[in-house]
Amino acid sequence: MLSAKGIHKSYGSLQILKGVDLEVEKGEIISIVGASGAGKSTFLHILGSLDMPDNGSVLLNGTDLAKLSTNKLSAFRNEHIGFIFQFHHLLPEFTALENVCIPAFIAGKGRSESEKRAQYLLGLLGLSNRSHHKPSELSGGEQQRVSVARALMNSPSIVLADEPSGNLDSENANALHHLFVELRETLKQTFVIVTHNEHLAEISDRTVHMKDGLVI
Amino acid sequence: MDFYLAAILQALCFTPMCLGIYITLKVFNFPDITTDGSYTLGAVVCALGISNSLPLIVIVPVILISGALAGIATALIHTKLKVNALLSGILVMTALYSVNLSLMGRSNIPLLNRPTFFSFSIIPDTELNIFLITILIISILIVGLNYLLKSDFGLAMRATGNNELMIRSLGVNTASIKIIGLAITNSLVAFSGALVAQFQGFTDINMGIGIVISGLGAVMIAETVIRLFRIESMVLNLCCIIIGVCLFQLVLAFTLSIGIDANLLKLLTSCFVLFIVALPNSKWFKFLNVK
Ligand SMILES: Nc1ncnc2c1ncn2[C@@H]1O[C@H](COP(=O)(O)OP(=O)(O)OP(=O)(O)O)[C@@H](O)[C@H]1O
Ligand SMILES: [Mg+2]
Repeated sequence: MLSAKGIHKSYGSLQILKGVDLEVEKGEIISIVGASGAGKSTFLHILGSLDMPDNGSVLLNGTDLAKLSTNKLSAFRNEHIGFIFQFHHLLPEFTALENVCIPAFIAGKGRSESEKRAQYLLGLLGLSNRSHHKPSELSGGEQQRVSVARALMNSPSIVLADEPSGNLDSENANALHHLFVELRETLKQTFVIVTHNEHLAEISDRTVHMKDGLVI
Repeated sequence: MDFYLAAILQALCFTPMCLGIYITLKVFNFPDITTDGSYTLGAVVCALGISNSLPLIVIVPVILISGALAGIATALIHTKLKVNALLSGILVMTALYSVNLSLMGRSNIPLLNRPTFFSFSIIPDTELNIFLITILIISILIVGLNYLLKSDFGLAMRATGNNELMIRSLGVNTASIKIIGLAITNSLVAFSGALVAQFQGFTDINMGIGIVISGLGAVMIAETVIRLFRIESMVLNLCCIIIGVCLFQLVLAFTLSIGIDANLLKLLTSCFVLFIVALPNSKWFKFLNVK
């Protein structure tokens, strides 16, 4: 369902990606590992259309991301791609529930319908009694689970995560990893996860090693 | 006219600009220097309209559009040409100086004895009349902005300033948000310039110099008040801006009243803003446990 072919990317004279390929099937959990500076985040951003490759193509559900205008691309991202970052990036002024709703609001969905789904997702992630708390009133693990719920809000085809457990202690990190596996079981959710965490690499279906801008 | 009352009226004329600066800070996380130019632009357009005897109903939209165009220019330079946000603002502000001067044809246009906003007479007392008219205008603006900031679009605007990568990942076209946002904020700024020109009875080519700093100072005071009292409601947040501008102008009026040379006004303003900006990081302020 996701297919990236021959991805090249340079910043100035610095070649970061030198022809990376990746095929992802529905319901797969793929982890991307590699040394710092190997280009993992850059590659993930290109998969998620946050950045454009100099060369090569990304197809998601048969749509060539390079062929979409900026506006169409934004809408496509909203509908089909969920992101989780190392830091939760929740908006501090809003409650957990409101934060989870944001992707739905951006899509122009109604408030009550959105809140119902957000409540369901927060329940799924064991946060039902935290929905009216602000991010500052939540623990690190809880904050990250809220951002997982936000990523799932519009039922994306794929979730891209960049070191999602990089900021958590090992207990919270393991819980988050098992959550990914559970979500794959219950929702058939597809994940591509950049990680330095060996536990996460172990429990994923496939591990992709990146080195010097190439998959090895 | 009473010295302090004049300062308050002046502050009320500045309020639309400060609302604009507040939104730019929230939304884009940077002060928009275009302000200095679009403020004068609003005053210039207003002066030209009034001295050519155009009706206010025509002049007001033209003022708003002129400000919006200035904002759009900055936003386009920033988003399309990838120029740093501060630099984009400085470029447009500098260009606007020539635009303003060419539009005016001279450096000062008097507006005395011409029909202005303040010619509408709600009550006979001139000062009180100005007060009521500005309060009325500001109320309309606050209601409108509150609605805007609470809408889905407003949410996306606020999130853009908070974390652009995140909001982009959620599927927001942040470039259009910035373009529309700066258009709105600069039309507020231009409108403020026009209000001040009518209030003081003339438009001057140099009236916008350093105005963004005064606005910033007022907004900083407002944010301190907001934090101090943990004000959450958006309407009250916006109302705090009025308090911020008034306090700021009153302090300036006070320093002038104790006999400080008016030529030092900009220096004073800068020092005062520096004080306000540095204050939240100071020890005794942290002691108050404000965050
Ligand atoms: N916007 C940019 N401009 C210039 N260079 C960049 C930019 N973004 C990334 N780079 C460079 O590209 C290289 C790869 O960066 P990237 O963030 O993809 O690495 P990474 O594999 O995710 O590393 P880490 O594990 O530390 O997160 C780095 O050398 C980085 O300095
Ligand atoms: Mg990285």
